[in-house]
Amino acid sequence: MTTPLAVRVLEGHARSYRHTWRGTTVSAIATPVLFLAAMGLGLGTLVDEGTGGGIDGISYLAWLAPGLLAVSAMQNGAGDGAFPVLAGMRWVRDYHAAIATPVRPADLMLGNLAWATIRLAALLTVFVVVAAAFGALPLGRGLLAVGPGLLVGVATCAVVSAFMASRKSDEALAGLFRFVIVPLFLFSGAFFPLDELPTAVQPLARINPVWHGVELSRAVALDIPTRMGWPVHVGALVLVLAAGIAWGIRSFTRSLRS
Amino acid sequence: MDPLTRNDQTLDGRPSADPGRSTAPLIEARGLVKRFGELTAVDGVDVEVAPGEAFGFLGPNGAGKSSIMRMIGAVSPPTAGHLRVLGMDPQTDGPALRARLGVVPQEDSLDQQLTVAENLAIYGRFFDLPRSVIRARIDELLEFVQLGDRADSKVDPLSGGMKRRLVIARALINEPSLVLLDEPTTGLDPQARHALWDRLYRLKQRGVTLILTTHYMDEAEQLCDRLVVMDHGRIIVEGAPRQLIADHASREVVELRFHPGGQDGAVEQLAGIGEHLEELPDRLLISADDADAAVRAVHDRGVEPATVMTRRSTLEDVFLRLTGRTLVD
Ligand SMILES: Nc1ncnc2c1ncn2[C@@H]1O[C@H](COP(=O)(O)OP(=O)(O)OP(=O)(O)O)[C@@H](O)[C@H]1O
Ligand SMILES: [Mg+2]
Repeated sequence: MTTPLAVRVLEGHARSYRHTWRGTTVSAIATPVLFLAAMGLGLGTLVDEGTGGGIDGISYLAWLAPGLLAVSAMQNGAGDGAFPVLAGMRWVRDYHAAIATPVRPADLMLGNLAWATIRLAALLTVFVVVAAAFGALPLGRGLLAVGPGLLVGVATCAVVSAFMASRKSDEALAGLFRFVIVPLFLFSGAFFPLDELPTAVQPLARINPVWHGVELSRAVALDIPTRMGWPVHVGALVLVLAAGIAWGIRSFTRSLRS
Repeated sequence: MDPLTRNDQTLDGRPSADPGRSTAPLIEARGLVKRFGELTAVDGVDVEVAPGEAFGFLGPNGAGKSSIMRMIGAVSPPTAGHLRVLGMDPQTDGPALRARLGVVPQEDSLDQQLTVAENLAIYGRFFDLPRSVIRARIDELLEFVQLGDRADSKVDPLSGGMKRRLVIARALINEPSLVLLDEPTTGLDPQARHALWDRLYRLKQRGVTLILTTHYMDEAEQLCDRLVVMDHGRIIVEGAPRQLIADHASREVVELRFHPGGQDGAVEQLAGIGEHLEELPDRLLISADDADAAVRAVHDRGVEPATVMTRRSTLEDVFLRLTGRTLVD
């Protein structure tokens, strides 16, 4: 029962997207390109000229690109988790209209997640093509890295949408991005190896689920081994995704069926 | 008819062609309660609504009207009590029940970025209607709510009245036999309200059962066959609009407004005129069966109000008489 109605919700998202795709696509592509240019080329020159000569013998641009793929998946996933839910529950309140039909809160949660998955897959593919044109990634292996990126983005979307639905107002939005998303972004291992952190805080940074995604993405794109072996990294992300879905169905139902 | 027997009949199977059954209530609530934590929003409500009726819940802000509508609409579980809608239990038959209802929520909740037709199309898909059926119904419904020429315009620039009519069209996309309208005309100008009433009246003529909430007495008088007046989650009175006015108010009302400071002394001077004298912050109301006689008596006692207005009694007066408060101020 759940699947068909969630698909109807997905259809609704797709229909709305016809009106908004330009703006969201431009910003979603422009942001990583800016990062690639500023950090990969600007900062990269510095890193590559340093004593190590890049990172683990890899040019900084090539090392950065797959990590950037994973963290921009997280950022977009967070946006796709937060904004449609706030709009649906508070700003536009179209979720309240939808649940007056056979559609249930769980369908809204899963429909949004399904839509985010499609959007992220398209976005990450474009990212890889752009990064490849930049000379930052080999196209073929880069496209394989869309898989781990997608897992990071979808897991983030699930958790963030569950969290937003559990709040009574939209006040938590700014705090979520400032105190959760930005630190996860910075300390994900995308921009520098986490080994560079003081030993005391390293375990903390390794809890960051995004780091698992960065590791996977980099391993796939550069054909190098992962830190903990891929089953651990994939398992960590799948766990976050599953927890996000379970929490989301609960918090959507609680919020909409009061 | 014994309500329990009737309930058993509804439980034991599908509605039959038996004409005796067609008058079984579409909505049946007994001892319905809704609590939010400590707060009791709905405090033991009993109602029955028959097929084809237009039934109103009337009451001031916070009376519990929306809470009742949401329970009937199977989106909010009752805390206690018995509730059947279209012979189904909203808690266990939620999706099947909602498939047969039309809901006009208190807030429009339209997607402003989308066009008028797109808003209807997305909603229609939630009922799993085929696209071809939706397309046909969109044309028909937009015609019905007089928005036929706006199908492809965005929702954002529409007037409040147009948006409200669009929400009504949206509620009708699944051809429901029972439509729930939560404050259909709040915030609209008089002309837009009348346009909307006219549409609702037509729906009623087609045999659609209407349940509506309002805090406008004139709206209830216009649209409802029967209504309950609510306050603090309880029903304080039930009946047909005319009957309630006859039972709980005099035929006519005299409204006296005074220059600043003039009202205080007048209350004692006017004691005994008409059936009842009600003092409000900005005016005095005298209920009387003969308003002209009451006005003469006011002047005879030497009271000089700034303005004197006589009118027929309304449900507003019923509410005031029963609770000592006005409905909207
Ligand atoms: N989801 C909720 N959580 C907590 N309290 C609620 C909730 N919904 C309603 N209430 C409270 O229940 C009471 C009844 O609210 P309800 O919305 O049913 O009243 P109403 O008659 O529809 O009022 P209005 O005319 O303002 O729409 C109010 O005190 C309201 O604050
Ligand atoms: Mg209300």
